[in-house]
Amino acid sequence: MNNPVAVPPFANPDIATKRVIDHVNASLKRRYAAERRFRAMGLAAVALGLLFVTVLFVDIISKGYTAFQQTYIQLAISFDPEVIDPEGRRDPEALQGADYAKLIRAALKAQFPEVTDRQDLRALSAIMSPGAPQQLQHMVQADPSLIGQTQSVWLIANDDVDMVEKGQIDRHAAEADRRVDDRTLAWLDALSAQGQLKKGFNTGFFTTGDSREPELAGIAGALAGTFYTLLLTLAMSFPIGVGAALYLEEFAPKNRLTDLIEVNINNLAAVPSIVFGLLGLAVFINLFGVPRSTPLVGAMVLTLMTLPTIIIAGRAALKSVPPSIREAALGVGASPLQAQFHHVLPLAMPGMLTGAIIGMAQALGETAPLLMIGMIAFIVDVPHGFTDPATVLPVQIYLWADSPERAFVERTSAAIMVLLAFLMLMNLTAVLLRRRFERRW
Amino acid sequence: MSSWMPLLALLGVLALAYHLGRKRAVAAVGGPTHISALHSLPGYYGFYTALWAAIPALLILALWSGLQDQVVTSLVKAQLPTEMTRGMSEGQLGLLVNDVKNLATGKIVAGDASPEVRAAADHYARLKQIARIALWGLVLALALAGMSLAVNRITPELRARNGVERTVMVILMAFSSVAILTTLGIVLSVLFESLLFFQHIPWHEFFFGTEWSPQTALRADQVGSTGAFGAVPLFAGTLLISFIAMLVAVPIGLMAAIYLAEYAPRNVRSVAKPVLEILAGIPTVVYGFFAALTVAPAIRGWGEALGFTVASESALAAGLVMGIMIIPFVSSLSDDVINAVPQSMRDGSYALGATQSETVTRVILPAALAGIVGGILLAVSRAIGETMIVVMAAGMSANLTANPLEAVTTVTVQIVSLLTGDQEFDSPKTLAAFALGLTLFVVTLILNVIALHIVRRYREQYE
Repeated sequence: MNNPVAVPPFANPDIATKRVIDHVNASLKRRYAAERRFRAMGLAAVALGLLFVTVLFVDIISKGYTAFQQTYIQLAISFDPEVIDPEGRRDPEALQGADYAKLIRAALKAQFPEVTDRQDLRALSAIMSPGAPQQLQHMVQADPSLIGQTQSVWLIANDDVDMVEKGQIDRHAAEADRRVDDRTLAWLDALSAQGQLKKGFNTGFFTTGDSREPELAGIAGALAGTFYTLLLTLAMSFPIGVGAALYLEEFAPKNRLTDLIEVNINNLAAVPSIVFGLLGLAVFINLFGVPRSTPLVGAMVLTLMTLPTIIIAGRAALKSVPPSIREAALGVGASPLQAQFHHVLPLAMPGMLTGAIIGMAQALGETAPLLMIGMIAFIVDVPHGFTDPATVLPVQIYLWADSPERAFVERTSAAIMVLLAFLMLMNLTAVLLRRRFERRW
Repeated sequence: MSSWMPLLALLGVLALAYHLGRKRAVAAVGGPTHISALHSLPGYYGFYTALWAAIPALLILALWSGLQDQVVTSLVKAQLPTEMTRGMSEGQLGLLVNDVKNLATGKIVAGDASPEVRAAADHYARLKQIARIALWGLVLALALAGMSLAVNRITPELRARNGVERTVMVILMAFSSVAILTTLGIVLSVLFESLLFFQHIPWHEFFFGTEWSPQTALRADQVGSTGAFGAVPLFAGTLLISFIAMLVAVPIGLMAAIYLAEYAPRNVRSVAKPVLEILAGIPTVVYGFFAALTVAPAIRGWGEALGFTVASESALAAGLVMGIMIIPFVSSLSDDVINAVPQSMRDGSYALGATQSETVTRVILPAALAGIVGGILLAVSRAIGETMIVVMAAGMSANLTANPLEAVTTVTVQIVSLLTGDQEFDSPKTLAAFALGLTLFVVTLILNVIALHIVRRYREQYE
């Protein structure tokens, strides 16, 4: 500063004429443009994110909403005693084993007397689902007095017919390019003209188990499996998670071991879920002999997987309870455990429940570890317990997504819609719980 | 259901124990008016008695359930006629025993089973029945014995609360050790099977080999299925897809976080943030379906319109969708980090005349860099371990390529394909899945440890 050689600031003619503010002003236009660009990029990023959400939902819903409807065909079925029960004894075994498909074939023949060729007849009976005879069987078993009568019955149509009716098979495409040929379309049009073709609510989707036939496949089995698996997961992970959170947050001495546990829990939360599947396969199934493919082993794996979430949420909830509560309880003579169980835990419970619900939502959407422990098997029966082979909704979605039939696409999407509905319900509950019970101290 | 009856009975005994313990304690001091003479509240005497009834019974139950299957199986094996088992290998014998068990539980129909197997199945079912009755008899007897022992020990001086609380503490400690045991279980199981694998296949061949075709010959005379376990194409495929995913997720996630944290009006933020987080809550199988049925055909269509050949299971489709999945992960972590930068730093920057974007890029981002890097590392670890999207949308063939339009396969895809379906447990093919799992676990663990360490250090810096 006091260097005599230094040029005084305004001796430089350039600076003297152009002040700092002029430099700033000259660059302002460029800087404001950069500001606007940056802001637009941020807005674009948010918009893109929101767009992805929208596209995903629109895509799934537009593919899946049709699955809630199912095409039915009305046929005048004559319950011929000669076919169903030739001996006339109404023997349950005879009713069980009778050839109901023959009744359907006869009804179709009566409907379309012009069809006589063997091959055409086979194509004609293919418009009905392989499940239609079973429908008749159930009707007769429920009411044997039907035998000998003629009734018009709405029966499930085959998946190809269903696809045509829903417009997912283009009837104007060249015949070789579509799965349904012209003669079948003609029959369908004839049925439709006489009002014998209708689309109704697809109750079967919610009441039946899996099937190789798309029109018969339902999510009841997967829902039951999910229910048992999640129930058991909750029953195991919630007590363990709350207990672990309580111990680590309130009682554990600060030493290396508890530090290790803490680091370990944070890491477990980020371990890929498929690794838990490997653990389940190697330890639970091969070492302990827990039966494969069951909700029991699924729940054990999911418990380990959701435990970190529940513990971390539980500790946060405990931390938010002010120390004065503990001190007051201890001050009137409660033991440390009494202070926790009678005072701190009830106050922390909403936060812990929120964590548990989020953990359960995570478990509900999980697929990969369950593939490892055999919950991927094709299971037709609806499971009735914790040790029945079962599958869960996400795995069912995976299995259907792999199936080549066109009709499985809409069912997969519909199953996804059901899954997402459950997830939203759970997350909404968690949010409401937090709003309702959140306390600021 | 009958299998619930014994459990209900045990619960009944426990309830009875609580009731009796409580009653006995109250009676010991001469009625409810004198309970101040008791050391603990009456309920603790009830819990004390119930714990005495429950713990021995449950220990025996656990021990027995673990051993029963082995004992019964060996008894059944011993019962099988020797002319049937002679000359059988261990594996064949195991299959036979499996048949017997399946027959006994009605999983297969008895029609085509030989009379010996049927006899053995009957024997097995009978033994199981006996074992069940014996077990529950023993458990209930133990519970009752524990209960009466405890009831007789109750005096007003008995420190019931201390006993109960000590037990509860032990239980709590056991619960918190589950996390450690899980890690230990993962490491040991994966490591053990991997070591078996490396006995068949040298480790350098696995980590540096470039040929992956895990189909091993079932018969010695089969051609072309020698089995090659060079995992480099899988690692390359995993990295390629993760890289594409990060290319999508990092810019979008980071910019969205900056916009929401620094620019967005409060009401926009309160809507956009939860909506973006919906993406994080969608199950990965849904993304997989979306990738395989919507994105992959679309990319294929566009690619062909532009004159590229695109594989129907291109890495690009899987990577793009995985990127979408990770966006909320990056954005919410970055959001936390950006919000943690003190307001004084922003104010200082504005006071010097910086615009908002200059403040963000020159002050906030450098200050938040460590945290953001940590968040991105966590996101990478998630991308590497992601399974369902790649299982459904990426290919099965092990291509060593950097072209995102071709099909590649990943570590997780191969684990799933090696372990689903029927397989014998100790073939190199199955064990290879565990070696891949070990690699996956170690890599993600290292990423997580580094990332969590960075994020923690960052948080401490501004607290």
